[in-house]
Amino acid sequence: MTVPAEAFPRVPADPGPSELQRARESFRRGQARRSVAIASVSTVVFLAVAGTVIVTSPGWGRVRTSFLDGGVARSSFPAILEGLWLNLRVLAVCAVLIVLVGLGLAALRTLRGAVFFPLRALATIYVDAFRGIPLIILLYLVGFGFPGLRLQGLPTSPVILGSVALVLTYSAYVAEVFRAGIDSVHPSQRAAARSLGLTYGQTMRRVVLPQAVRRVLPPLLNDFVALQKDVGLISVLGAVDAVRAAQISVAQTYNFTPYLVAGLLFVALAVPTVRLADWVNGRATRRQQAAGAL
Amino acid sequence: MSSDEPTRVLSVEQVVKRFGDTTVLDHVDLHVDEHDVVVLIGASGSGKSTLLRCVNLLETVDDGVIRLDGEDITDPRVDADAVRRRIGVVFQAFNLFPHMTVLDNITLAPRIVHGTPKARAEEEAMTLLRRVGLADKATAYPDRLSGGQQQRAAIVRALAYRPRLLLLDEITSALDPELVGDVLTLVRELKTQGMTILMATHEMGFARQAADRVCFLDGGRLLEQGPPEQVLGDPEQPRTRQFLARVLAAGRL
Repeated sequence: MTVPAEAFPRVPADPGPSELQRARESFRRGQARRSVAIASVSTVVFLAVAGTVIVTSPGWGRVRTSFLDGGVARSSFPAILEGLWLNLRVLAVCAVLIVLVGLGLAALRTLRGAVFFPLRALATIYVDAFRGIPLIILLYLVGFGFPGLRLQGLPTSPVILGSVALVLTYSAYVAEVFRAGIDSVHPSQRAAARSLGLTYGQTMRRVVLPQAVRRVLPPLLNDFVALQKDVGLISVLGAVDAVRAAQISVAQTYNFTPYLVAGLLFVALAVPTVRLADWVNGRATRRQQAAGAL
Repeated sequence: MSSDEPTRVLSVEQVVKRFGDTTVLDHVDLHVDEHDVVVLIGASGSGKSTLLRCVNLLETVDDGVIRLDGEDITDPRVDADAVRRRIGVVFQAFNLFPHMTVLDNITLAPRIVHGTPKARAEEEAMTLLRRVGLADKATAYPDRLSGGQQQRAAIVRALAYRPRLLLLDEITSALDPELVGDVLTLVRELKTQGMTILMATHEMGFARQAADRVCFLDGGRLLEQGPPEQVLGDPEQPRTRQFLARVLAAGRL
């Protein structure tokens, strides 16, 4: 194309994009419109076909009465929602405790010096043990085993004991996430901080941990999503949470709809966290790429 | 000590440092007097950085003594943090804290270690930043700064708590040639203000102009030291001559 250089004056009067660029943009808009149209038609066709196949299949009637009973869903909903409130409270308390215990364990494991060997070893054993033991076994041991000891001062509430089991398991996982983050901070950062006269503790708190936590936020959110579902496991100890409430309702009605209701509520709970995790992940990636381009 | 005799800030006596079987520092003797700039030269791996790290107690020596203002800092009973509070260090790779603004980087040590109130620490930091032409970058994060700006910020960070001795470890080696000048001008200014400096560098031109004494390290041994015109102009040791000839061939003189 022969466009004279004067066709692109830099400042100040901007004549807008050139003829060529306008043609390109209009072509791209046309393409975009066409793909939206194709996608809409194909989606409608697919839904119609799939819907017809499912509804006309021989077992559909039984599926609907057994899993999708509107009346049962409505009658079981309040109890399940109340149970979910318990799950949420357990989640909030456990999440805070897990972060604190996990951070403490990670700090213990990264301590240097011979004096700290027992602490380091203890933290290592803790992490190995509670990361390895299946959560369900731990729930049985803590939830049913502890009350059986009949020790004074030991809580007997299934909610508290279930939470203890969750914290034990998850803090071991989270500790390893934190430790990986602490190790990922370059030694030159510690050298710089110590050179300024900061003590080991001050270096950890002001320089190493802030960088470590930022880096491990995406995997931590991932663990949080897992915890959101696993708080439902306290139901095996008899705590009346969403899962237990659904179970009771199922037993009363001989209908599986309450399980579906509880399941959908957990999904609704997880979706925002998953989106948040995606967003945090994406932001971390963008930042790293920006730094890499410098 | 009489008044006309210079005060000795740092003295390194017969210091040995080994990493496994390699002897990185082999009975090194060196001293830095008050207001002096002592420059360490030598090939990579000759022990310059290790010597600086030993002085700052980031490495423990395997033999010998290092004294800061007459006090034996290699004594294991010495509080390493207290020693480091009297020494400022600037690294080759700047090592600014990426999660803090320039101002927070600089005021961290005064506030946390020296207990300076925040307002005063920031005021003093701004004064220093203005002097090095970085006042407009105070609230920026280090990754928004060019290499030369980062290194000047790192120097300000090391100066912020008025150290007795400044250690500079090849502070221009990671910079573009055009940015080296800014940083070296700053070091020259510090010298005029009476700062006591021990620095490792490959900038022979700078060493010739600004150094009070040049020390040539080779394979962990301090082969030669003296005024720059002697060590760089008319070295006694064949190794020094060889090293300088190579540097000259590489166009760094």
